[in-house]
Amino acid sequence: MAEREQIRKTTPERKEEVVEAPPATEKGDKLKAELDDLLDEIDEVLEENAEDFVRSYVQKGGQ
Amino acid sequence: MAIPKVCGIETEYGIVLRGGGDSNPIAASSLLINAYVSSLHSKVDWDFEDESPGSDARGYNVGGSPPPEVETHLVNAVLTNGARYYVDHAHPEISTPECLDAREVVVWDRAAEQILLASMNAAVQLLPPGQEVVVYKNNSDRKGNSYGCHENYLMDRTVPFGRIVTGITPFFVTRQIFTGAGKVGSEAPGMGSEVSFQLSQRADFFEEEVGLETTLKRPIVNTRDEPHCDPQKYRRLHVIVGDANMSEVATFLKVGTTALVLAMIEDDVLTRDLRLAAPVQSLRRTSYDVEMSQTLDLANGDSITALEVQWEYLTHAQKYAETHGLEAVGTQVGGDVIRRWEQVLTALEADPMTLADQLDWVAKWKLLSAYRERDDLQWDDPRLAAMDLQYHDLRPQRSLFARMNLERLSGDDEVVSAMTEPPLTTRAYFRGKCLQRWGDQIMAANWDSLVFDVGNDPLRRVPMMEPLKGTAAHVDQLIRECATASELLERLGA
Repeated sequence: MAEREQIRKTTPERKEEVVEAPPATEKGDKLKAELDDLLDEIDEVLEENAEDFVRSYVQKGGQ
Repeated sequence: MAIPKVCGIETEYGIVLRGGGDSNPIAASSLLINAYVSSLHSKVDWDFEDESPGSDARGYNVGGSPPPEVETHLVNAVLTNGARYYVDHAHPEISTPECLDAREVVVWDRAAEQILLASMNAAVQLLPPGQEVVVYKNNSDRKGNSYGCHENYLMDRTVPFGRIVTGITPFFVTRQIFTGAGKVGSEAPGMGSEVSFQLSQRADFFEEEVGLETTLKRPIVNTRDEPHCDPQKYRRLHVIVGDANMSEVATFLKVGTTALVLAMIEDDVLTRDLRLAAPVQSLRRTSYDVEMSQTLDLANGDSITALEVQWEYLTHAQKYAETHGLEAVGTQVGGDVIRRWEQVLTALEADPMTLADQLDWVAKWKLLSAYRERDDLQWDDPRLAAMDLQYHDLRPQRSLFARMNLERLSGDDEVVSAMTEPPLTTRAYFRGKCLQRWGDQIMAANWDSLVFDVGNDPLRRVPMMEPLKGTAAHVDQLIRECATASELLERLGA
């Protein structure tokens, strides 16, 4: 895309993006386990009745 | 040269009385603020003498339509940290004290959240068992009602307003790629089912390019001309287009990059014409484009992505730092802003998910996407809408933001201090210190004056028309040396 190239020329000092190899499976599994733990933790604190909570959250318009 | 970008944030918070049936939000907001203020030593009322929200920066006063409402009868207090805490449009609102740079704004904005939290804890003591007031730092109730998080920046009055509009509009339209707080769905008419998730809380509510309104037909550039300081020398650019951020990095970048772009506009160094063909449509298009791949039409016929617009401003800022220096935004803070700005744009281009520990919309997107995937939910599932709201719950045990462990820029100790102590660097220091020392003799306060009542004399007004006079460097010794408010007034010649 010409526009994009033109802009890139104006920023020669920018570092080239480094394309990292995909994370090792072990690391990927660890991240997923962490995210699963987070979701479980969030289940504990979520509003009990999501539908009622969303419906009853009504504000007056402000600025 | 650009003048120092004195700045601050004012946030209207969402409020709910839980366990109390139908509640009146004005009553709940008043209860919240009164509970906090009555836990402090004394209360000083706000003074409306110099307020004129109907003045327009384009050079006229609004006559035809009524000026924005100012609810003078409601709770309105000035705090010893120099902030204003009040009820506005049925919401509790805190305006931070005037700050000198983006990092100070982060600290006093975080302190404002802690003041709200302390207020909730104080209010629960006054309520019947089972009831509590809960506050949310967001901008919409998901039903088409929006409330704002406004920024303010000091500008040189001699800069033509038209140049500000031209220079800042493309920036405002596109900065949401890092300032957006994220939202499930859309509240714009007809868009409900089209948008599953968008970058910004506020983009749905903007209908004009330039204007005076803040509650209806909201404009991208607001023209309220109410400088709260010497109107011959300064203007205060009132920015209503932003989201309230939970993320400190987002707040830092929002204020830091905006201050920098405004300094560049003052010094007239923005050379490339980035005027958009349709700013309002582009604002929404950018917000709805989570992939950040769509192009926006420029007025000159070219097209450009939101990221490319931001790279363009960043490139200008990097050159500006070399040619003009960054004094106007704080030399060190300005350098930090430019480095982070570059890092964030680079990461947004490569893999936005790597910013889940820095930006609100990415953190929210990551959390909701994972939850949705795990439970195989549609985007319109109420559980996702509930999580969207609960991300902004200020109660630490309920806040989903708090679970996401975003990077902090402030320290806990400095935030606690900022709940009661003003910044050292602006006139807020004089306001805050006078309130600490002689709060019971200050009848009223506002941004640009304090009114003292020292016994038999007439009331004495101390004007503070210069935002950078009254700093710790100017008045700390004077205040320490004065045993009484009368002595202070005498030495000031007031």
